[in-house]
Amino acid sequence: METFGLTIAAILVAGAPLVLATLGETLTEKAGIINLSLDGSILLSAMVAFAIATTFDNPWLGVLGGMAVGATIAGVLGLIGIYLGQSQLAVGFVLTLLCRDLAYFLGHSFSRQPGPNLGLWHIPGIGEITLFGPIFASQSPVVYMGLAAIFACWWWMYRTEGGMRLRAVGESPRAAFGRGIRVRLVRLCYCLAGGALVGMAGAAFSLAVKPGWGRPQGCEGAGWIVLAIVIFGGWHPVRAALGAFFFAALQVSGIYLQEIFPSIPAPVFQVAPFPMMILTLLAVNMGRQGWVQDIVRRHPFLKKFSNAWSIDAPAALGQDFDPKKGL
Amino acid sequence: MKRDSLLEQIGWLGAAIALALLLTIIVTLPSGAPPFETIYVLFKGGVGSMSKIGRVLASWVPLTLCAVGLLIPFTARLWNIGVEGQVIMGAIFCAGAMRPFDEGGMLQIAIAIIAAMIGGALWALLAGLLRVFGRVHEIFSGLGLNFVALGITLWLIFGPWRRPGVASMSGTQPLDMSLWLPRLGKLSVSWVGLALTFAAIIVIYILMHRTEWGLKLRAVGENPKAATLFSLGPRRRLLQSFMICGALAGLAGAVQVLGVYHRLLPAISSNYGYTALMVGMMASFRLGLVPFICLFFAILNVGSIQLPLQMGLDSSLSGVIQGIMVLSVFIVQGLRLWLNNKREAG
Repeated sequence: METFGLTIAAILVAGAPLVLATLGETLTEKAGIINLSLDGSILLSAMVAFAIATTFDNPWLGVLGGMAVGATIAGVLGLIGIYLGQSQLAVGFVLTLLCRDLAYFLGHSFSRQPGPNLGLWHIPGIGEITLFGPIFASQSPVVYMGLAAIFACWWWMYRTEGGMRLRAVGESPRAAFGRGIRVRLVRLCYCLAGGALVGMAGAAFSLAVKPGWGRPQGCEGAGWIVLAIVIFGGWHPVRAALGAFFFAALQVSGIYLQEIFPSIPAPVFQVAPFPMMILTLLAVNMGRQGWVQDIVRRHPFLKKFSNAWSIDAPAALGQDFDPKKGL
Repeated sequence: MKRDSLLEQIGWLGAAIALALLLTIIVTLPSGAPPFETIYVLFKGGVGSMSKIGRVLASWVPLTLCAVGLLIPFTARLWNIGVEGQVIMGAIFCAGAMRPFDEGGMLQIAIAIIAAMIGGALWALLAGLLRVFGRVHEIFSGLGLNFVALGITLWLIFGPWRRPGVASMSGTQPLDMSLWLPRLGKLSVSWVGLALTFAAIIVIYILMHRTEWGLKLRAVGENPKAATLFSLGPRRRLLQSFMICGALAGLAGAVQVLGVYHRLLPAISSNYGYTALMVGMMASFRLGLVPFICLFFAILNVGSIQLPLQMGLDSSLSGVIQGIMVLSVFIVQGLRLWLNNKREAG
């Protein structure tokens, strides 16, 4: 029982930054913009968050700093991608490499320095609840932030008018424009909001999950995993969050596997999520393969399952929208 | 749309460089380093002496091989992000082919180079198959395979191929001197590598602009639906384009093993794959520009080694400058587009 609780707690902590970044990217992609700069964004915001937290001895200031950095990077992508009509993928990819190197360059003097972290929050009164009580009674704040963000994103996307506008500009920018929505501005706003969440994920890494800064920090590659989780999550915040926890569970199980197979060098386990990422995407896209669709057609009861399994991307994902040429 | 005059093009290029310089100074301000002195140290470290120029050329060879290889899949509108992993796989195959030989000559080197090209091509084929038949976007398949290739390298270095005695990040047992690529005079670059790179540039030019294969590949990139209708075999062609790029990346890996490090080590690819993607984007994938941008980026890479020694700065500044340059080119291109649209409208 003790191990079960510890494992769940470890998954929650390891998954929290993934959840935050996944929700951020889901918001951005829901509006039709692909922010490929995630991996670099997370690193740079992790570095800045740690640097600010150390300098001012206040971890929460660091979280704010990380969010500002994430939003700034997304803003650069938004301006060049939306208003200057350049390829979002190309700009995002360059930003990823640029921000990674910038993080190592500027973070040089903070490398391997002791610094503050977010510590633990104690929620009184729920420790006595069986099974889940002890898990949630005393946790890192990023866990609560991640869980709250899942609900907030779902509520905003599917229960508010703003969320409807968000989905409109991602699915059908022309129709949205015809209804008087300022498509490019809305897209830029969600780019910034998504970037801020990604920056929060970076801060969660350097201030809670893997405290400290160094080269390597330990969160390298997480951004690419997140981009794959967004596809796995079918652009739905709850399913995306489940995907993030699934990958976190894989990471945690890697630690146990390492103890079982001590002959395999540790770095090999660090790359294990990436073949999993490819396999996951392969599985998600299975539903669109011709032969799978043939089987589904022959056995109608599979249809429900197949529909739930492969969800289409927002229809206008990655496409430019120029109001002068629209309509 | 009419093409801009030469003067206008040079003007835009100047604007991009000025913007890059300005942005570099702005983003590096927080490090507290004096900007102009840093840039001076950077360039002096790249072109200050003959031995440094030799090192620049040694870095130019794999970078150019990767970058010209990338042009082929990009012609079909595919991003071969897996080029980094293909360099690593080439290096693994090269080192593997060399394992039976204690010493040797040109024959063994030729075998190793061919093995490396096959390794790179196979790794690229895997990414291509995932893309064409598995519908996994090539960004994810390529990137995932990069990490997998790195994992295989680490496993080999710490496992079956470890040095007798100690396994460490410093890599496998070094090759015998007789298996090294011959050097160009006293410079640290091999004339074989240089010759292969020039050959690759010419082959790619002929393939793209003087053969039916290149023409049809371009057709596939411009309009995949029409290409299917005209039975140009887009799938087969996409896979072929990936494999050619992978073979060149594998060649780069072989040059790294045989000419630079003389062993397999975790950092064997030296990030050349990712840098080559930046070169391609900055050149807008025009073959004529690629070798020159590669040369400039190689100077930055070699010069940045001086930064930690002389200024106490991190050497990743070269990557920062490279990224900012590509970004500046995008910004200037975008502004140009915007101005042209405005002129047409008004």
